Order: sequence, then structure tokens, then C-alpha cells
Amino acid sequence: MAAPLLDARGIVKSYGQVEALRGADFAVSPGEVVALIGDNGAGKSTLAKILSGVERPDAGTIEIDGEPVAFGSVEEARAAGIETVYQDLALCADLTPAANFFLGRERLKPGPLGLLGVLDNAAMRRETREACERLGVRLASQNAPVSTLSGGQRQGVAVARAVTWARRVLFMDEPTAALGVVQTRRVLDLIRTVRDSGVSVVLISHNMQDVKAVSDRVEVLRLGRRVARFDTAHVSMEELVGAMTGAFEWENGG
Amino acid sequence: MKALRLGERQVVWIGLVLVALLVAFSVLAPRTFPTSFNLLNLVSDAAILLLLATGMTFVIITAGIDLSVGGVLVFSAVVAAEVMEATGSLALGALAAVVTGLAWGVLNGVLVALGRIPALIVTLGTLGMSLGGALLLTGGVDLRAPAELNLGLGLARWLGVPLIVWICAAVTAVLAFTLARTRFGRHTYAIGSNAEAARRGGVAVRKHLIKVYGLAGLLAGLAGHLSLAKYGITGVSAHSTDNLQAIAAVVIGGTSLFGGIGTVAGTVIGVFIPVVLQNGFQILGVRPFWQQVVVGAVLIAAVYADQWRRRTRDR
Ligand SMILES: Nc1ncnc2c1ncn2[C@@H]1O[C@H](COP(=O)(O)OP(=O)(O)OP(=O)(O)O)[C@@H](O)[C@H]1O
Ligand SMILES: [Mg+2]
Repeated sequence: MAAPLLDARGIVKSYGQVEALRGADFAVSPGEVVALIGDNGAGKSTLAKILSGVERPDAGTIEIDGEPVAFGSVEEARAAGIETVYQDLALCADLTPAANFFLGRERLKPGPLGLLGVLDNAAMRRETREACERLGVRLASQNAPVSTLSGGQRQGVAVARAVTWARRVLFMDEPTAALGVVQTRRVLDLIRTVRDSGVSVVLISHNMQDVKAVSDRVEVLRLGRRVARFDTAHVSMEELVGAMTGAFEWENGG
Repeated sequence: MKALRLGERQVVWIGLVLVALLVAFSVLAPRTFPTSFNLLNLVSDAAILLLLATGMTFVIITAGIDLSVGGVLVFSAVVAAEVMEATGSLALGALAAVVTGLAWGVLNGVLVALGRIPALIVTLGTLGMSLGGALLLTGGVDLRAPAELNLGLGLARWLGVPLIVWICAAVTAVLAFTLARTRFGRHTYAIGSNAEAARRGGVAVRKHLIKVYGLAGLLAGLAGHLSLAKYGITGVSAHSTDNLQAIAAVVIGGTSLFGGIGTVAGTVIGVFIPVVLQNGFQILGVRPFWQQVVVGAVLIAAVYADQWRRRTRDR
């Protein structure tokens, strides 16, 4: 494995009495697809949120290119090139797809109007439509709020948004959960395209077929700790399931 | 054709209601209602409330509420009156009113955004504090505005329309544009729609909330100064239901109490419906209490429509 791009060690995170992460390790190398798997409640989403700057860890270190970082906000993680498709999608239902797509980095009109903060809605709509179409997400109307879209279309908008902005690492937390067969295949193709463009992808998924189809490596979380890591090419379905459920705990760890 | 958004559709409906009212009163009282004198009266009555309601629109779109506006209005008017009394400068009085309003608004915003206290409680508290504070400052006796203000700005007209109306209309127009077309407005909607998503999108949610409550306070301060100019006294006891009037106008205008949806245009219509009803009933000799009854019913209908469209959209 190459020197990691993103390296997290000993991440601890509690929500009140619940220990979501108990010293979890996780690493991503440049240009690879890592699948992050584990049972419900294993801490996958929590880890993704911490590495995206949404939540702050109680303990542990995060390094990017070997330099320690502490994300105080989402913007700092974004500045480091990290984007995320959240499990809950993080869309504003009352806003249009374009408004969601550019949320927090709105395009402003050129010239003095832009200095006053006036939005360039036409440009944002156009870029959003292009990005969605690349993904095969067809939107009947750019003016209808996200609340009027189907679950799959919403997921498509969230995926297109993150893919468009990611520069170094793209976290995808169950990005195909609401997608049909065709759209799922598109997302898997997209993951490869993104990887080939040099952006690392972290895929969180419960679908072992997808994991085997698209990932280069697999890291397994169980009860808030990393319990195993595998090369996808050399691992069987039984081993993956065994690691998730605890049957093979620690055997392949570290 | 452009699909109308949920909020915009209600604006169209409520706009039709306003037009129907105007037509009905014009038909029923053709000599007295549709006169320029009466319509100017209408607009003057609505102007100052419009400022409060516009600030309230921003606040409610963030899924918040501001009960303090009437108290802040009165407190700012009292401060302005005292500053003018002490310095003799009308400009300093206006500045004092606006700054005082802003300070109350920022206090609301800080308590809501950083203190994480529900806006309902925070602004109920500052309503009491500002009304009580105004009474303490005045000793319970209304202060008079300087004559230059009351006879100057209070009576001034431009193209036959009171200057106060122009000021309120201009401020409202600028804020309507800000809400609809700028990044500030976009973030206001985003926070009300899904504050956590806005935060994950990199929106500085707390800072933005402080600005929005600050804006509402600033507008209440300006309204205080204009009302001092218009009526000539601070009117400490006359503004205890301003907050409810402003909230009713905003909600009638199609802004959702759950946040994320609303327009200033709707609020403008929502301000005028009660004012037109009151004026029309007065002219027709209907007992004025009916206005309260009808506005209450319209308010409930508007909120019902909002609930209903929230339920029917799949979420
Ligand atoms: N905001 C929160 N408040 C309280 N507890 C939380 C919160 N977020 C996560 N948890 C708890 O942390 C643990 C890990 O949750 P997490 O969402 O990271 O699991 P996951 O691996 O993503 O599961 P799934 O496969 O179901 O998505 C769970 O026990 C959950 O209840
Ligand atoms: Mg999860």
C-alpha cells in the first residue's frame, strides 16, 4: 500500500452514553477505492462525518499527506479536497437541485452585482443540469424543489454534487441505497471514473456484490473499531461477512 | 411554463383575495373607498407594520420567530426621543433608534444561535425586557417627539405620497430582492429548510442567524423612529400586539412557520389584507370588531393551507 493520503488513528467518539467509535483506525491511499463495511451501528457514518469535518472526534489523530489536521468545520475538510455523500443526503428539501448543488459555494454574478452577493442562478442551473445528466439523473424541472423529487433522484443530486466538487477524497455513505439497477451501475461506473481521475473513493455499503465489484481494498468496522482490512482481489464473501459479524475478529486486523 | 413553487402558489391565491376585497369595497362604497385620499390612508397605516413584517419574514423563513419586535420598536423610539431631546439632532435620533434596534436584534440572535434557547422563549423574554425598559426610561409617561420631526418627516410628502411610505416601500423592495436573489437570502432559506444540511454545506449557520435576528431588530428600530415621527409620541402601550400582527401578515402571505418557504411579496399582501378589511369595514359602517374575527379566520386558513401542502408533499 502506498503512503496514505488520509490516515486516521485511534478515533474515539461518544454520543452521551453511546460509544460510536472506540479507537477506530482508517486509511485511504491516493487513487484507490476503499470499501468501508460493517454491521448496522458499527460506526461507519460517524467515521465518515468526522473525516468530513461535520463532527469532531473526542480523541484520535487525522493526517493528510502525513501532516496532522484537525477539521474545525466542514469548510476546512472541503478545502482539503474532501467531499461526502451523506447517508441522509443533507439536502434542503425546499430548495431547488441547483441551490442544493451550490449550497455554501454559490456562483455570483460577475461585476458589481456579484460584489453585492447577487446569485447567478442561470449558470448554477446549467452546471447542475450538466452534472446530473452525466450521472443519468433526469430532472423534469430545474425549478421544482428537491421535495418533489423521487428518493432516487434526490440521491442522484447528492451524488452528483459530491462528485463534482471532490478533489482528493470522496466519501459515499450508502450512495446506491435508493437507486434502481441501472442507476446503481452508473454510480459504480462513476466511482471508477472518479478513481481514474485521481480522486480516492471511500464507499460505505451493505451490498457485498457492489463492494467486490468496485473496491480495491476493504476495511471492516465492528463495534467502533477496525477489525480487519483486505485486498478485495484476495478475499472471499465468507471472510467479509465473518469479519463484520465477529467470527474472524482480529485475525486479519492491523 | 415555470412551475410555481409551493410558497409562490399561495402568494397568487392570497393576492387574488386582496384584489377581491379591493373590488368588493370599491363596488360597495364607490365614492369613499377607491379614492386617492382613502388609498393613501390605507398605505400609510400599513407602511410601518410592513417593516416589522419584512424582518419577521426573514426570521420565520429560518424557522424562527421574533415576538420582541413591538417592544424593540417602543424602546428604540424612546431612546431616539431622549437622544433628540439631549442633542437636538434629528439625525442622531434616527441613528440611535436604528442602532438600538440592531442591538436588541443581535442579542436575540446570539441567544438563539449560540445559547441554543428556543426563539419563542428568547424573544418573549426580550419583549418583556424592552417594554419594561421603555417604561423604566420614561417613567411610564409617553415622550413627545421634537416638533421638527413630527412636522417634518412626519408630514413630508413626495409626489403626494408620505415620505414615510416611500422609506418603508424602498426598504421592503431592497429586502425583497435580497431574499430572492442574493446569497444572504439563499442561506436564509437553506437554514430554515434543513439547518444541518446547510451547516454541512459550509453555511455559517450561527453567524447567519445572528444577522437575520439583527436585521429584524434593526427594522424594528427604524419602525420606532418612523412611528415617533408619524404619531409624535413614543406610544409605549400601543405596540403590545405588533408582533402578532406582523406574524399574522407573514403567515397569511404564504411563509411557512416551519421555515424554508416564503416571500416578501406575500408578506406585503399579508400586511394589506387586515388593513384593507379594517378600512373597508369602517367605511361601510360594519362594526370594526369584525375585522379581528375575519383576520383571525384568514390566518387559520393560511396556516391550514401550509400544513396541508406540507403533508401532501412526499418527504
Ligand atoms: N447524532 C447521534 N446521536 C446519538 N447517537 C448517535 C448519533 N449518531 C450515531 N449514533 C450512534 O452511534 C452508533 C454508530 O452509528 P453510525 O451511524 O455511525 O453507524 P453505521 O455504521 O453508519 O450504521 P448503518 O449501517 O446503520 O448506517 C450507533 O449506535 C448510533 O446509535
Ligand atoms: Mg450509516
